[in-house]
Amino acid sequence: MEFIAYFGNVFEPTAFLLLLGGTIGGLILGATPGLSPTMAVALLIPFTFQMTAAHGLILLGAAYTSTVAGGAVSAVLLKIPGAPANVATSLDGYEMAKRGEGARALHLSFLSSGVGGVLGVLLLIFLTPLLSRWALAFGPSHLFWLAILGVTVIGSLDSRSFVKGLLSGCLGLWLAMIGYDDIQGAQRFIFTDSLAGGINFIAAMLGIFAVPQVLDMFAKGRSTAAVVSIKVSPQSVGDSMREIGRSGRALSIGTVIGVIVGLIPGVGGQIAGLVAYDQTRKMSPHRRKFGTGHSEGVIAAEAANNAMVGPSLVPLLTLSIPGSPTAAVLLGGLLIHGIFPGSDLFDNHPDVAWTFINSMLIGQIMMVIFGIMIASWAAKIARAPQPVMAAAVVILAIFGTYSVQQSMDDVLIMLVLGVGMYFFEKFGFSAAPLVLGLILGPIAEANFIQGAMIAEAGDGALPYFFGGVMNLFLIVLIVASVGYSFWSNVVHARDRTEAPRPDNPIEVTP
Amino acid sequence: MTTTTTANRMQHLVPASAVLALAAGVTFLSFTQEPAEAFLFPRVIAVAMLVLAVWNFARAALGLARVGSGVSLRPFLNILPGLAVVVALIFAGLTLLGFYAASFLGFLAIYTIYDPVPLTHGGGWLRRIAVSAAFMMVIYALFARLLQVQTPQGLLF
Repeated sequence: MEFIAYFGNVFEPTAFLLLLGGTIGGLILGATPGLSPTMAVALLIPFTFQMTAAHGLILLGAAYTSTVAGGAVSAVLLKIPGAPANVATSLDGYEMAKRGEGARALHLSFLSSGVGGVLGVLLLIFLTPLLSRWALAFGPSHLFWLAILGVTVIGSLDSRSFVKGLLSGCLGLWLAMIGYDDIQGAQRFIFTDSLAGGINFIAAMLGIFAVPQVLDMFAKGRSTAAVVSIKVSPQSVGDSMREIGRSGRALSIGTVIGVIVGLIPGVGGQIAGLVAYDQTRKMSPHRRKFGTGHSEGVIAAEAANNAMVGPSLVPLLTLSIPGSPTAAVLLGGLLIHGIFPGSDLFDNHPDVAWTFINSMLIGQIMMVIFGIMIASWAAKIARAPQPVMAAAVVILAIFGTYSVQQSMDDVLIMLVLGVGMYFFEKFGFSAAPLVLGLILGPIAEANFIQGAMIAEAGDGALPYFFGGVMNLFLIVLIVASVGYSFWSNVVHARDRTEAPRPDNPIEVTP
Repeated sequence: MTTTTTANRMQHLVPASAVLALAAGVTFLSFTQEPAEAFLFPRVIAVAMLVLAVWNFARAALGLARVGSGVSLRPFLNILPGLAVVVALIFAGLTLLGFYAASFLGFLAIYTIYDPVPLTHGGGWLRRIAVSAAFMMVIYALFARLLQVQTPQGLLF
């Protein structure tokens, strides 16, 4: 119950203001189509430089929580999911909105997000210290395999093609090696002066997550396609709360699935929402109503995608393996303050760890309150003009990147990586494993070198890196994640040759 | 979840070739550069990258690469003007004119290029200029005042 001792820190004026700003800002960013939670968190990282680690993480955590929930606004009102996590929400939410029940759908979204989110964070509170104690026993070989596991899990599970996912992870690991070698002081892969300082990972994150989204907005051209305007009529919050109380089945299925999916590294909210929606539909006596504006669909999907947030931080805060792409960006936010996840975080910086986790708990409650408050004028946010958003993200990315080291080289690197990523994404390469490779690369290398030195003094590299229960366990996990992904790719390829089933309502073509 | 596949074999071959060439170059450099100790870890990664890149290239060459929508001409042409503004901003505008002045012009240019409101519409111009100016004031307050980031001044501001 150590976390209770740090609850007061969240209510310090600066911390609370950051939580408030992160929550409201996150809801607005999440409600804006085209701005993903990962990009929103990446754009905020430069602002956390001058903050304390706890304050920076509060801001990033609040933005993470509320962008996922805020994505429901455009999913419900425009049928354009604000984030990939809200795809399932749009299936019934939009139908409700068309019937004039937009406010009800939004209330149910935020309330179920809040319930799922709080339970998810509670799991984070109780599970993380246990796992971080376990992480204390890790030596260099284990940490090396853990870093590789982080890249392979995200590379194989988060990607549509596991070869391209793993290749993206390798590219990230290689990008991390550009610059001067810390131990030998040797130059590595410096082809131009701009790369002499290596690749700043904030520049890389902003480029990789923000620039492709801007280019996607550019690709639509001077789009005049009218967005169907849906009027949001006032709705009693009390009625929505009573409805949530009566929807225990959808709420619990959504929450349990969200928690499980969140704990699996690399899977992410989109899958949580879709799986929860599908399972709730299968278990519901009203399954035929799903897809026609049935509130259970909205409740299950939103409970799941926010229940995923807390558990997705469990592997991150204990083992440095992010549970989602946004958690990977949060890992970067931790590392810039010189804090390493695991026992270092909980033993040496318990104030940072617990203030951050507690703020996530309070943030979930604030997200519900402000989410319901913005529901009445949410339609305006969701219709923010795309050219303004594109221009704003470009300028924010440039200023954010430049502000890190006052370097135009970083801005250049941001642009090159971003444009490259846009085109590579069009061919199935993934951003998340690349960024994770970039973040975990130095950790993997430092432990690889340290392990090689220990092995040299002992029985050699083979027994050191491949011997012992823990090494073998981690290697089995790496092989299993790659193997599972390979198998699911083969099955998926086989399925593609079969005719699509007309009764499957959750097939989504992005 | 299904993914629409529109990219043909030739389109898949372009990124697959680029990645293969990069992986081959990284592998070559990792095994030829000195001191060898500094390239120990890069060698491990380079070999893994090369194996995966060869696999990926083979799949593309055999027409087995199916993931990804590829790039079609219309969206590509739509991107070019906006990207040109961003490139001009980064390579010349920011240092020549100053960060804030150039960013204002860049914001206005992007907004104007992609705004569906006709250019002949007077009110449209007024809104674009007002939004660009308001946004830059927020950026100035955030970066110059709050974060105290020193930016090159250039000819203007």
